[in-house]
Amino acid sequence: MMHSFNAHTVLVVAALLFVLGLTGVLTRKNIIFMLISVEVMLNAAGLAFVAAGAQWHQPDGQVMFLFILAMAAAEISVGLALVLQIYHQHKTMDVEDLEELRDRPNEN
Amino acid sequence: MSELFYIATFVAVAATMLALTRLHPVHALLYLVVSFLAVAMIFLSLGAPFVAVLEIIIYAGAIIVLFIFVVMMLNLGKDTALQEKRWLQPRVWLIPSLLTLLLLVEMVLLLLRGSKAPMLVSVVAPRNVSLSLYGEYIIAVELAGFLLMAGVVGAAHIGKHTKKNLHRYLQEEEDIKQK
Repeated sequence: MMHSFNAHTVLVVAALLFVLGLTGVLTRKNIIFMLISVEVMLNAAGLAFVAAGAQWHQPDGQVMFLFILAMAAAEISVGLALVLQIYHQHKTMDVEDLEELRDRPNEN
Repeated sequence: MSELFYIATFVAVAATMLALTRLHPVHALLYLVVSFLAVAMIFLSLGAPFVAVLEIIIYAGAIIVLFIFVVMMLNLGKDTALQEKRWLQPRVWLIPSLLTLLLLVEMVLLLLRGSKAPMLVSVVAPRNVSLSLYGEYIIAVELAGFLLMAGVVGAAHIGKHTKKNLHRYLQEEEDIKQK
C-alpha cells in the first residue's frame, strides 16, 4: 500500500493553521489584520471538524463546517461594519487607540 | 490522494504564514485567497467535495470580497504599510510567537501519540450531508438562520454612516466647551 496520511496528520495541520492565526491576533495591531487572523483560526477549526467526519465516514463533520461557515460570515459582516465605524470616528486602525471605555479616575 | 494532501498542506501553511506577515493589506488578502484554495484542496483529498466547493465560494469568494471592499472604502494603501512596518518590531511579535509555538509543539506531541492507522478516504456525497443537515440538524439550521438574520440587521445598523446627532442641551454644552 502506498504511503498515506492518518487522521492525526490532518489534525496537526489544523493545529498549525490555528496557531498561525492565533499568533496573528496576538501580534498585529491593525484591526483588519486581526479580523483576517480570526478567519484563519475559524477555517482551521472547520478543517479539524471535516477531518474528524472523514475519519468516521460520517456527514456530521461537514454539517458542523457549514455552521462554522455561517458563523464566520455573520461575524465578519458585523466586524467589518464596526471597522468602518471605528475608522470614521477615530481615523485610525490601531486597536490601542480605542480606549474610550477605560476607567480614568484622575480625570476631572 | 496523499500526495495531493501533502502538497496542499505545504501551500496552505506557507500562504497563511505569508498572509499574516504582509504589511500591505491587499497583499495579505491575496495570499489569504491562496490559503483558502489550498484548504479547499485538503478538503477534496479528505473526501469532502461539497465542503471544498463551499470553501471556495464563501470564503475565497464572499468573505474576501467583503474585506477588499472595506480596504478600498478606507483607502488603505502605502501609508498603512508604512505604519505596519513601524508597529511590527521584533520585540512586539517575538514573545507571543514563542509562546504559541511552545503550545503548538505540545499539541503536536500529543497528537503524534495517537494511532498510526492510515485513513481510509471515502467520499461523503452532498446528498448524505444535506439529508443529515435537514434531518437531525434541522434545529441548528434554524438557529443559524436566526444568527445570519441578526448579523445582517446588525451590520446594516452599525455600518450606517450618520452624522452625529446631539441633543440640543448637549449641543449647547459642546458650544460652551468649544468657546
